[in-house]
Amino acid sequence: MIDLLSYPFMQRALVEAVIVGGVCALVGVYVVLNGLSFIGAGISHSAFGGVALGLTLGIEPTISALVFSFLVALSIGAISDEGQVKHDTAVGVFFAATMALGVLLISFLQGYYIDIFGYLFGNILAVTAGDLLLSSIMAAVIIAAIVLTYRELLAMSFDREHARVIGLPVRFLSFMLLGLISLTIVVSVKAVGVVLVSALVVTPAAAAQQLTTRFRTMLVLSVCFGIASSLGGLVLASAANIPSGATIVLIATVLFFLSWTFSPKRVRRTART
Amino acid sequence: MSEHSPYPDVAFDHVSIAYQDRIALEDVTFSIARGSFWGIIGPNGSGKTTLVRAIIGLVGARSGRIRTFGVDPRDLREQRTLIGYVPQSAEVDFSFPISVSDAVLMGGYGKAGRFRRLSRELRDATAAALERVQISDLAARQIGELSGGQRQRMLIARALVLHPRLLILDEPTAALDHTSSEGLYEWLHGLNETDGTTILLVSHDIGVVSKWVDSVACLNTRLVAHGRPSDILTTSALESMYGCGAVIFQHGHIPHMVVDADPHTHSGDGA
Repeated sequence: MIDLLSYPFMQRALVEAVIVGGVCALVGVYVVLNGLSFIGAGISHSAFGGVALGLTLGIEPTISALVFSFLVALSIGAISDEGQVKHDTAVGVFFAATMALGVLLISFLQGYYIDIFGYLFGNILAVTAGDLLLSSIMAAVIIAAIVLTYRELLAMSFDREHARVIGLPVRFLSFMLLGLISLTIVVSVKAVGVVLVSALVVTPAAAAQQLTTRFRTMLVLSVCFGIASSLGGLVLASAANIPSGATIVLIATVLFFLSWTFSPKRVRRTART
Repeated sequence: MSEHSPYPDVAFDHVSIAYQDRIALEDVTFSIARGSFWGIIGPNGSGKTTLVRAIIGLVGARSGRIRTFGVDPRDLREQRTLIGYVPQSAEVDFSFPISVSDAVLMGGYGKAGRFRRLSRELRDATAAALERVQISDLAARQIGELSGGQRQRMLIARALVLHPRLLILDEPTAALDHTSSEGLYEWLHGLNETDGTTILLVSHDIGVVSKWVDSVACLNTRLVAHGRPSDILTTSALESMYGCGAVIFQHGHIPHMVVDADPHTHSGDGA
């Protein structure tokens, strides 16, 4: 393992693991508390359509994935706002459609070598210096947005109606949150892939929620769990030569079940019955 | 206790509101004078919540004119801080990881600058609001640990942080037993008397509401009647509100209603 650390690709992977694990878990707290877990999964699958679109049109796939997944997120919001279609139904429709679009577009690109498996399930060891720079910039944007709107985001997450009544820009904040989810997912696609990234967003936050009744503690715990999962997953995957994305997600899942089992909320409930 | 004011706190002038094809409010006209204590009663689906949402600018009128503090509620700026809104406690996520005092503090977020630290003043106002509803001792608790009555008090405290001129409560007694409901109404009555706060409360609970309020409006999409409780809680008003025969009888100060549930006279989703 120590030998591995001397390789630049491994060093890049470790830094990427910290960024991805931390940012996913940070945004994940807002995803979980706003009940957006399913839309997170929908956005991440649409990133695959965005990647395929970028490859077809000759645009940098990260950029096309970001724009496309954000547009999908907005469309889901717009369609369900009309009230004719329920929110989860809209997500269900877009989820499959954008994935199908991606598959179709990629089938037209035969002859090129495209690491489809990498986009779907991630390969953190393949992260380039350019990827790392892009991830760092996007992570900085996400953290800055959350810091600048911390109070408003918290108020909206707790009670959206009340936030509107007291005049907070709830519409803007909702769009911003969708944008942040899209950014987070696109940042993380290289590392864990579109299929698994939503788990890295939701699971650490869900685990943290089991252990605390304080918002700040939940943020800190979630980020710790996210980084622990991605670093642990990377190390384990490299040592055992198994897929990194899947290992990262499964470690996060183990952390979730441990938190759930030892949750004070659960212990209290069991004691009562 | 009402001070002289050039306009009523709330005024509806032939207001109709619809969601897509469904009409929620039709041709509603009334005004709430500053310092009054109003009750709006009506069956489920009668448009009570729509009416409240319209007053605070969350939904606009399809026709007619709505004014809150003399302006279109969707254009309320600083005047938003003059409204205290208490939602139904069932609408609030009490599993959210937040303490009672932090949740109440949010009542002042509309006035808190973005980058500034929360002022000492706001923290003091939060403590005072908790004191007023007598849950200061619960300030550090997680909100999920509160009982039904305490949750209601917490939501009221949040609405009181900025000393609102108009306090709106949506079904405040839904999760309370009879004694707690009476206590809450009495407390609101005191707030109305001592501070001159205009209070609007929405309820389906005819009897208790009419004992405390000085004006009552019966709503069933249209405004069936409004005025002093003793004048308007008549058989015919309730009949058109609930779409079925109803009889009012006075028991002490509290009018009671007996509904004649004859299916032939039923109409709409009332009763």
